[in-house]
Amino acid sequence: MSTDVKTIPQMEQTTPNGIKLPIYMDNHATTPMDPRVLEEMLPYFMEKFGNAASRNHSFGWAGEEGVETARERIAKLIGATPKEVIFTSGATESDNLAIKGVAEMYKEKGNHIITAVTEHKAVLDTCKRLEKYGYRVTYLPVQKDGQIDLEDLKRAMDDKTILVTIMFANNEIGVLQPVAEIGKLCHERGVIFHTDATQAVGKVPIDVNKMNIDLMSISAHKMYGPKGVGALYVRRKNPRVQISAIIDGGGHERGMRSGTLNVAGIVGLGKACAIATEEMAKEACHLAGLRNRLRDRIMSRLDECYINGSVDHRLPGNLNISFAYVEGESLLMGINDIAVSSGSACTSATLEPSYVLKALGAGDDLAHSSIRFGIGRFNTEAEIDYVADRVVETVSRLRELSPLYEMAKEGIDLKSVKWAAE
Amino acid sequence: MSYSDKVIDHYNNPRNVGSMDKNSTEVGTGLVGAPECGDVMKLQIKVNPQSGIIEDAKFKTFGCGSAIASSSLATEWVKGKTVDEALAIKNTEIVKELSLPPVKIHCSVLAEDAIRAAIHDWKKKQEVAKPVAVAAH
Repeated sequence: MSTDVKTIPQMEQTTPNGIKLPIYMDNHATTPMDPRVLEEMLPYFMEKFGNAASRNHSFGWAGEEGVETARERIAKLIGATPKEVIFTSGATESDNLAIKGVAEMYKEKGNHIITAVTEHKAVLDTCKRLEKYGYRVTYLPVQKDGQIDLEDLKRAMDDKTILVTIMFANNEIGVLQPVAEIGKLCHERGVIFHTDATQAVGKVPIDVNKMNIDLMSISAHKMYGPKGVGALYVRRKNPRVQISAIIDGGGHERGMRSGTLNVAGIVGLGKACAIATEEMAKEACHLAGLRNRLRDRIMSRLDECYINGSVDHRLPGNLNISFAYVEGESLLMGINDIAVSSGSACTSATLEPSYVLKALGAGDDLAHSSIRFGIGRFNTEAEIDYVADRVVETVSRLRELSPLYEMAKEGIDLKSVKWAAE
Repeated sequence: MSYSDKVIDHYNNPRNVGSMDKNSTEVGTGLVGAPECGDVMKLQIKVNPQSGIIEDAKFKTFGCGSAIASSSLATEWVKGKTVDEALAIKNTEIVKELSLPPVKIHCSVLAEDAIRAAIHDWKKKQEVAKPVAVAAH
C-alpha cells in the first residue's frame, strides 16, 4: 500500500489496563516475525552458513537441507510439489518474474495480458513497462465490492491472450477475487494464470491444483516471516509453465532465478508456512472474530461509516472503513498511539488518494476518509477495544471540527455544492 | 508526516472552532477547497460596523493536521485586525510560523484563500446592505 504514515511521533507507554502502546494494527504492510520463525532461522546465520549451492562439502549440504525442507513446507501449504517452488527476494520480484517471464517466453504465441485496476503496483507497473515493449494490456475494472466481473474477463480474452494476472487478496481492502473461477476460465482457454497471493498465503486456504493457478507470488514478511524473501510457484504439469529468467547468473533455481540463496530467510519462510499449515484454520476464526468486534464497536457508535469492499469475500484480518466528513491523515494524527494506514492523499507520497478505493467508485472524498486496520496474529481483544474507543472518540472530535459534517447535518447535499476549485 | 510542535498544538487544541450566523451582515463566510481534494475550510469573520475591525473569527476544517492548524492559526491572526490588515496575511507567513513541510504548503494557501473569501463575502454584503456605509478604505 502506498499509504503509510509512519513518522507521526508514537510514544512508547502502557495504558492502565496493561495495553502496550503503540499498538501495531498494520499487518498488511508487514507483520512482526513469529518467535518460532526466528528460532528456526538463527542457526543458519553462524553455524550453518554454507552456500546451498556448494555440492561438495557438509557446509553446503546443511544449507541445502534447510532450503529443501522449506521448499517442502511451502509446497504443502499451497498444494504444490517442492520442485514447483522458486525462491526470490519477495513478492515484488515474484510478480516481475512471473509477468515478464511469461511475456518473453510466450511472445510467439501472443502479446495480450489481462490484469485488474486494483492490483498492487508490482503488477501494474510491470504491465505498464511491457506496454512500452509492444504488449497489449487490458486493465479490468472492479465492481463496487472490489471483485472483478467474470463476464468482463471472458470478453477481454482473445486469441492473443497469453497471461491473466489477478491478485488473490487485495492489500488495502482485503477483498478476495474469485480465483478458482478465474483459473478455470484461463485453463479452458489455454491461458496462463498468475496470482499475486502476497496477502492471502497462510491466511486463507489455497490449493494451486483445485484453483488452476499456474504461477503464484508469495512473500514471507506478510505471514510472520522475515523481510527480503519470497517465492514464486511455477506449475510443472497440466500444463507445464515455462518462464524466462530476469536475473541471469549461476543458474540457481533451475535457471529461473540466479543468485546465491538467502538460506536463513528461506528457512524462515518455510517455518512460517509450516506454522500456517497447522494453525491457519483456527487463526482465521480468531482474526475474523477480532475484526468483527472492531467493526461492531466502531459502527454501532458512529453514523456514516462505510466498509470499503466486499464483507463476505474478504481476508479475516482486514477492515477498511471510510469515516465520512473526516480526513484520514488527521484521523491518524489523533490516534497516533495506533499504527494503521489511510487511503488519504495526504498520507501518500504521490498526494493522490488510494487508486484502489477510487476504483470501487466510492468517490475521492471517501477515499480521503479511509482507514485500513490490519489485524494480525499478535493482536488481542483488549487492543481491539482500545482501538475502537480511540477511533470513535477521535472521529467524533474531528466531525465537530468538520464543515462538511455541519453542512450534512443541516441537510445540504454535498454533491450539489459548487466547490471553489483549488 | 513529521509535524512541528505548533501544528500538533493547533491540532490538539484548535482555536476558535465553531460557526457564526452566515446570514448576518456583520459576518463574512469563506468556504474553500473541495471534498474530493481532501481539504475544505470554512472561515468566518465578524466585523465591527463602526471600527471595521475583525472582532471575532471562527473556523471548521475538513483536512489533514496542517490544514486544521493553518486555519486555526488564521483565525487567531485575523482577530483584532482591520479587513485590510487581514488581507495582507500571506500564506508564507503561515508556512513559517507552523514550519510546514513543502508538501503541506497548499494547506497554507488554502488558509489564505479562506481569509480572502471571508472578507470578499463580507464586502459583498456591505455593498448590498449599506451601499454608502463602511468602506474598506
